[in-house]
Amino acid sequence: MLFKVRLTPKLKDQSPESLRAARTLKEAGLHSNGLVHRRLILIEGKVDPGELERISRELLADPVIETAQVLKGDEPEPEGECLLHVSRRTGVMDPIEQSLMRALFDCGIQPQGVKSVDQYEFAAPLTPAEVAKAYTALGNSVVDEAHRGPLLLKSLPKGKPYRFKLQQVDVRGLTEEGLKKLNAGMRLSMNLPELQAVQAFYRELQRDPSDVELLTLAQTWSEHCKHKTLAGKVHYREHRAHESGPDSDVVHESLFDMKLLPLDGRIGNLLKDTIKRATEELNKPWCLSVFVDNAGVIEFDESEAVCFKVETHNHPSAIEPYGGAGTGLGGVIRDILGTGLGARPILNTNVFCFGPLDADPRQVPKGAMHPRKVMRGVVNGVRDYGNRMGIPTPNGSIHFDPRYTGNPLVYAGCVGIIPRDKIQKQARQGDIIVVAGGRTGRDGIGGATFSSVELTSESETISAGAVQIGNAITEQMVQECLLQARDRGLYRAVTDCGAGGLSSAVGEMGEDTGASVELHKVPVKYEGLSYAEVWLSEAQERMVFAVPPHKLEELLDLFRSEDVEATAIGTFDGSGRLKLTWDGHEVCDMPMSFVHGGMPKVEREAVWNSGVPRGLPDPIVKSEDPGEILLAILGSPNVCSKEWVVRQYDHEVQAMSAVKPFTGPGRDGPSDACAIVPRLGGDQAIVVSNGLNTRLGDVDPFWMAQSNIDEALRNYVVTGGDIDHCAILDNFSWGNCNKPDRLGGLVRACYGCYVAAKAFGTPFISGKDSLNNEFMTEAGVSVAIPPTLLISAIGKAVSLKGLTTMDLKQPGSKLFLLGFTRDEFAGSHHEMVTGRRATEPPRLDTSMALRLYRALNEAQRQGLVRSAHDCAEGGLAVAVAEMVLAGRLGAKVRLDPRLAPSGAEPHDATLLFSESNSRIIAEVAAQDALAFWNLFKGLPIQEIGEVTREPRLLVFGMKGDKLIDQDAQTLAKVFREPLYKAFGEELPRTPA
Amino acid sequence: MKPKALVLRAAGTNCERETAWTLKQAGAEATILHVNQLIHAPSRLEEFQLVVIPGGFSYGDDLGSGVVFANQLRTRLKSAIERYIEDGNLMLGICNGFQVLLKAGLLTGRDVFDDPPRATLTWNLSGRYGDRWVDLRIVSERTPFVSGRKIVSYPVAHAEGRFVAPPAVLDELESDNQIVFQYVDGAGRPTQDFPFNPNGSERAIAGICSKSGQVLGLMPHPERNVRHFHHPEWTRLSKREHGDGYELFVNAVKHASHLAQC
Repeated sequence: MLFKVRLTPKLKDQSPESLRAARTLKEAGLHSNGLVHRRLILIEGKVDPGELERISRELLADPVIETAQVLKGDEPEPEGECLLHVSRRTGVMDPIEQSLMRALFDCGIQPQGVKSVDQYEFAAPLTPAEVAKAYTALGNSVVDEAHRGPLLLKSLPKGKPYRFKLQQVDVRGLTEEGLKKLNAGMRLSMNLPELQAVQAFYRELQRDPSDVELLTLAQTWSEHCKHKTLAGKVHYREHRAHESGPDSDVVHESLFDMKLLPLDGRIGNLLKDTIKRATEELNKPWCLSVFVDNAGVIEFDESEAVCFKVETHNHPSAIEPYGGAGTGLGGVIRDILGTGLGARPILNTNVFCFGPLDADPRQVPKGAMHPRKVMRGVVNGVRDYGNRMGIPTPNGSIHFDPRYTGNPLVYAGCVGIIPRDKIQKQARQGDIIVVAGGRTGRDGIGGATFSSVELTSESETISAGAVQIGNAITEQMVQECLLQARDRGLYRAVTDCGAGGLSSAVGEMGEDTGASVELHKVPVKYEGLSYAEVWLSEAQERMVFAVPPHKLEELLDLFRSEDVEATAIGTFDGSGRLKLTWDGHEVCDMPMSFVHGGMPKVEREAVWNSGVPRGLPDPIVKSEDPGEILLAILGSPNVCSKEWVVRQYDHEVQAMSAVKPFTGPGRDGPSDACAIVPRLGGDQAIVVSNGLNTRLGDVDPFWMAQSNIDEALRNYVVTGGDIDHCAILDNFSWGNCNKPDRLGGLVRACYGCYVAAKAFGTPFISGKDSLNNEFMTEAGVSVAIPPTLLISAIGKAVSLKGLTTMDLKQPGSKLFLLGFTRDEFAGSHHEMVTGRRATEPPRLDTSMALRLYRALNEAQRQGLVRSAHDCAEGGLAVAVAEMVLAGRLGAKVRLDPRLAPSGAEPHDATLLFSESNSRIIAEVAAQDALAFWNLFKGLPIQEIGEVTREPRLLVFGMKGDKLIDQDAQTLAKVFREPLYKAFGEELPRTPA
Repeated sequence: MKPKALVLRAAGTNCERETAWTLKQAGAEATILHVNQLIHAPSRLEEFQLVVIPGGFSYGDDLGSGVVFANQLRTRLKSAIERYIEDGNLMLGICNGFQVLLKAGLLTGRDVFDDPPRATLTWNLSGRYGDRWVDLRIVSERTPFVSGRKIVSYPVAHAEGRFVAPPAVLDELESDNQIVFQYVDGAGRPTQDFPFNPNGSERAIAGICSKSGQVLGLMPHPERNVRHFHHPEWTRLSKREHGDGYELFVNAVKHASHLAQC
């Protein structure tokens, strides 16, 4: 028997859910007046109708605001044709169903199945075209299905049972063409040498592979898992043929001239020769585990360590922003849970790149979503996952460029804390393989290979299965059990099920021992999954453990006591092979040595064409007035406040936050970094920051990489992070690196990373790359994203007292500028808003920068710094303006030629807006000015003005003329408003 | 003798560690238990003088905030809780814990359990989750959790914090001095204006107590303003030892220690 429980808000169309849905529909251009949203709950099973009536009134409905009505499943409703129903497709995770089962069980009812449905009642029946529009706005065709008119069901849809049949794939007899066809048909995303290696292997064995063997190899050898480009051979060349002229940029430094590369341009392993090399050469004793585990681990104190990982989840987020972003975050949290024997997640970071929010909908390419919809979905996904996990999200950034429209970027990071004696893990022969957490479904099959291919205008339809839907609560339950099991020593190794699912997790853990798995024992969400689907499913919230046999019962009991499913599915058997069976039938038997070492190394060609002209957008400021230019930059998408987003994230949970995302009396000053005190009751803080500039990569990725590292470190240092105890992470998102020009830029960025990390003494401890970020339009044009490198920094604060915020504190304080300002406008925001093309990108003098940062750290230790802020996009002018608006105080600034290196003869505009690296503004109490100054002997430091009581920014030029005169209130409004406006909302007031 | 505090968690609870830590700082012996363990042995409740249900998203708030956990208190632990309250002990619900206590009926009735509950916490008027610091005024001293009618700052972080009840129920709460915390504006007046009142709660209600005063629920998080660096403006203000939220725990532990001695 199927029942339909209808929950109607007493406020009808005025209920918050109804209003929210109406707003969403209005945005999509539909009439939504009088729209009523109801929750429908379908319950199937032998249930007493009277009992259900009572439970519906008391449990399912909120009796204060809702009424409940129990109907039979096929009983028509009076609104009939005016209804639209949206629900999850059969087999797609719906967290509500699990909670419903739990609650009904507590009431003594055990139904066979439940389903939740959103019902929308419109004022009039919808036309088919309107249904399509409403469906797209309220749901997502990848995971949701819509039904127009009355929902009349006799029973809930179910999957069909699976009948075992071994699938073998003929590879031995195939020609090159045949292999390519097979590759496309099975969506293996392998290249020809790899396909040929597989063919040769099976020819030798004199048999054909099973489907699951082939898919396992494709998955294990994917770019996503093996990073074959970054860890591969590269042949790099430079072309410097272009003349400098009005339409082309000047030639920039050659890597050969700097003696960074062998003269033949042959690189054996790009990652090892650059990123990892910096770490190895620095050899910091406080780096406890780098590049070997799911996250990099550094020392925190004598008993604990912190670990940090940042992941990309770009392609799934392009297709289903909410689920994609949520599961991206869920995945990186599991990386932390799977670091060493498991770390406790204590902080999340999020960095996004989207197309312009004001994009003309007609200009959005077919197959891509409007950037506003993508952003809303991504933010909601991160919010709902991160907040539910109870992990604060106090750091991140958001960037915009038209080239991200078809291929947005979603970076999700997570920091964990782990006892130092739990950092090592090793599965041993004889250990039992246990999978715990969510059940396995058909979700996300082929995600690892999918993320390694370009998106096309058809991705939405062909890759639907590659999107996963998460349930944060399941992951949170797993987390709590895992940490208890860790402390009780119940397992010897753990890792997460991420891309590639069990295939990847078991394959990696069993690389040394070999593994045998009985796939039919894996708990599934519904019937009908084949052995290959079970093995490769990327269903979320699963962890895999290596459990000594004598601990197995205790571990399973522990998980059971908190309602988390844990199941023994196999053994790390010492065979050195990967053996899979289904109900006794062998479906896979391969040596681990081939799974992990059989992949042929391919040399890729890389070319750097120096001096390629860059496109610039139309200028938005025509005048030369510095005040106008300042406001244009302050309100530009990359610079403006991200408050609309950040306030939706919990940045206080776990009660550790010491420097929050916003600071100052109005709580609207943008902090440069965040600081948390990870131990309850502790007095040692860690600082986390990031650096990313999407405009410099077009100029030269070599300098972009160095600038991004400097930016991350500036943000870190101004907040109070100790430059001598700081580690960094790299996350590359690049265009298709099979194209030599894209790879040429990547090579330059990697060497930029090496140079700067080495000079700063900041080792890389972890990283990730995503190298196929291009969008193929219907017209066949492949649009690459801007070369994008996210640098994240983490380390210890100089002291809790030394933490510094960026809001001006006290009238009468002196303002200092640290570092030299040079004429470096290429890729700057000044260039962008004025359209005045520049040629010189910001370069970096690392030895000077390092001395500056150390001196600032010393000043912070001595308590001499009232506030400090990083000069980045928009230069000195934007930095001071932000300090003014944050502190609700004023600043009087006088420009001085000595801000530039001697002999430079700078313009006022250069001093105001150039984006030279390694510059920091510091506020120092008048009585401390001399002591502060003395710490910077022999370094570029200049007093530029003072803090005033009147909340107003005044800037005088080198000739004494007034260049900028702007009140703090206007600055705050221009800074805060853009995102609220983009999403059609009013700007909320501030407490001060 | 140290009073004993129980921090009760369920799937999705996520503020139990800092809540337990604060209770310990305030002088209690704090134990964290999963609700399954208590359902297995309800008599364990007798060991405690103070029960705190901390913040989080119990069971994902999938059927409405706090509903599934509240349902467990009503169906599985009813008589144990009735005895616990009748013995004079204390209960505190913070954020999701407030949603649980209110939806279980532990805050609005004349009996221990109000059946069905007459007030609810529903979606913020903004329609979404929000994290911000707010000022609150303590307007009633009916409960031992508070001392003095002062203004305090705590952060809120929730999506479903809007207190809603029929006017008669609101009048009753007011006349029985059950409204303990109200959201106030810069001038210290109760307000409906966003973002000072972050969710649109009727009568600016941020927290209420039961008629006995033994049960308190509030949306803002006192445990997130305990240490001197918690306040968003601590780098501007003169140094204090504790944040505003600490006192609430000290008061509760003090009262609980009297109970422990009886």
